[in-house]
Amino acid sequence: MADPLRAPLDIEFDYTRSLGPVLSEFMTGLAGRRILAARGADGRVHAPPFEYDPVSSEPPGELTEAGPQGTVVSWSWMPEPLEGQPLARPFAWALIRLDGADTAMLHAVDAGSAAAMRTGLRVRPRWAASRVGSIRDIACFEPCDAPMSAAPEPGAEAGAVTGIITPVRLHYMHTASPGESFYLRGLAEHRLLGQRCGVCGQVYVPPRGTCPADGVPTHEEVELPETGTVTTFCIVNVGYPGQRVTPPYVAAAVLLDGADIAFQHLILGCEPGEVRMGLRVRAVWDDSGSISHFAPAGEPDAAYESYARCL
Amino acid sequence: MTSPVAVVGFAQSPVGVREDATTSGVEMLVPIFTEALGSCGLTKADIGFWCSGSSDYLAGRAFSFVSAVDSIGAVPPAMESHVEMDGAWALYEAWVKVLTGEAEIALAYGFGKSSGAELRRVLALQLDPYLVAPLWPDSVSIAALQARLGLEAGRWTEKDMAEVAARSRAAALANPRAQTSGEVTVPELLERPYVAEPLRAHDCAPVGDGAAVVIIAAADRARELRARPAWITGFAHRIDSGSLGARDLLAVPSAAAAARAAGAFDGAPAEVAELHAPFTHQEIMLREAMGLGDGVAVSPSGGALCGNPMFAAGLARIGLAAEAVMSGRAGRAIGHATSGPALQQNLVCVLSGEDS
Repeated sequence: MADPLRAPLDIEFDYTRSLGPVLSEFMTGLAGRRILAARGADGRVHAPPFEYDPVSSEPPGELTEAGPQGTVVSWSWMPEPLEGQPLARPFAWALIRLDGADTAMLHAVDAGSAAAMRTGLRVRPRWAASRVGSIRDIACFEPCDAPMSAAPEPGAEAGAVTGIITPVRLHYMHTASPGESFYLRGLAEHRLLGQRCGVCGQVYVPPRGTCPADGVPTHEEVELPETGTVTTFCIVNVGYPGQRVTPPYVAAAVLLDGADIAFQHLILGCEPGEVRMGLRVRAVWDDSGSISHFAPAGEPDAAYESYARCL
Repeated sequence: MTSPVAVVGFAQSPVGVREDATTSGVEMLVPIFTEALGSCGLTKADIGFWCSGSSDYLAGRAFSFVSAVDSIGAVPPAMESHVEMDGAWALYEAWVKVLTGEAEIALAYGFGKSSGAELRRVLALQLDPYLVAPLWPDSVSIAALQARLGLEAGRWTEKDMAEVAARSRAAALANPRAQTSGEVTVPELLERPYVAEPLRAHDCAPVGDGAAVVIIAAADRARELRARPAWITGFAHRIDSGSLGARDLLAVPSAAAAARAAGAFDGAPAEVAELHAPFTHQEIMLREAMGLGDGVAVSPSGGALCGNPMFAAGLARIGLAAEAVMSGRAGRAIGHATSGPALQQNLVCVLSGEDS
């Protein structure tokens, strides 16, 4: 069999998180260029603050200010920074114990070179020019003996920060399974290809590579016609970002003739209200080597018994 | 007290970057299900409970583990569960299921296509989502912070770390499923460049894809299936704080507590311990936390440093420890799994050739 198809898959999502009272106060403090800390039941001062005391499980009392200078407790060198990290040039990751705190916070140190880094190095925060109430309001830390960078504007005393938005972008090389690759290559030739299980004889389209009933690899290849039957359907009335068809429209389970499992597709080419169980449909191909949608085939409806086992 | 549950079967796929493998794991799982079931004369129909460990972040899609269920052949419907953890934690759930009598024979599996995206970056998403993950600190850099703490505290040297790597790679020569193996000398390793100072490439597990499966059975069935099952005499997992800066990164209290709860410190010492240490200094830390002396053969497979398929490597450690017992090579063996940044979570399974 030909090699599986592979393609880049980029996933992006902005995680939107609400903050509890402690982190809300902490993030509001960052926007105002202050780093807040909490004192635990054992007397240890945590910066950043805990939400619940690791010893007593109680929420903290009044938060106090720590730092802003601190001392490097441990560090590692990042010679080739990765996407999303605080600095694009080589930098150090460091655990930094802020003055007045007993715990450390993780952040980046813009030290220039690994040779300039050491445990015990005194560092101070470099504030981001624009601050929104996020750990990234601290652009990074820098050695205290470095020249002061231009001071950012004083913190805008805006209202309390109650949430954060963290954009997440991940880049995958997605590999289609051998069965999926076989199916996709068939589509490019306007052919619908499936596989038959050697144990139970069921025909799966798209092929799954493994029979989900028997758990055995499927090898026998089957070509199916481009006609089928709507087994069940729904009318989509809700809009969402990225939607390609304007509601209302029909998403249906289509059982290709000769297949034993239905797949989901769009039914266009008629009013949504005309779609019904048993409707006979035919594939409509687009220019990209794929099925755009299914449309009524103009045949009498299929008998319920002919597709009932696939509902 | 007699042990009510034993490991009766184990298999793992070869570890490596597999361009043909999908994130569903099906291609890696089908052959090892066949191998593990066959090794103890079982069929899929004998399995009363299935439990998997995997991660959507590795797969790059939601509910990715559902596709893996194809490899089970779940018709008629199977009793099935999933953990977003290493398969070792899936085995823990399966063990509880057998202890409660809800299943007689259970199968745990773990799979991961670690090479689908940049692993060290993807793993940033397991960190505190408010204060840490938005900075995208990668897993190698965090381990490097821990390694430096130990170096500067005099707990280990870069040479000690290289010795762990050299020993692991030499041991892996006898393991056909290892991703990395070979004869290397410590001075040679120490001449190589840092990837995240103070870590060099040999201090870090390679990125590899793979899967593992372990089958367990209640006592009566275990005796029927195997002349010498690997009896689970103790099984426990513990977790340390998620706050990296508030933890003592040089101690692994969760590993010590899990080992104690699993009875690793009681009775005869184990002859074999398969440790899930993705970084060289972490093997040194785990040996100490779990009280493993010089008499214990640590990770004779080459360990995670020679093959660390995410979500399968911990389960494979338990399977390898069980295999040492089932084959008679060890009377008592320990399997260990870790998860999270800098050894945050630890699981210990103690296995014995004797059922009491």
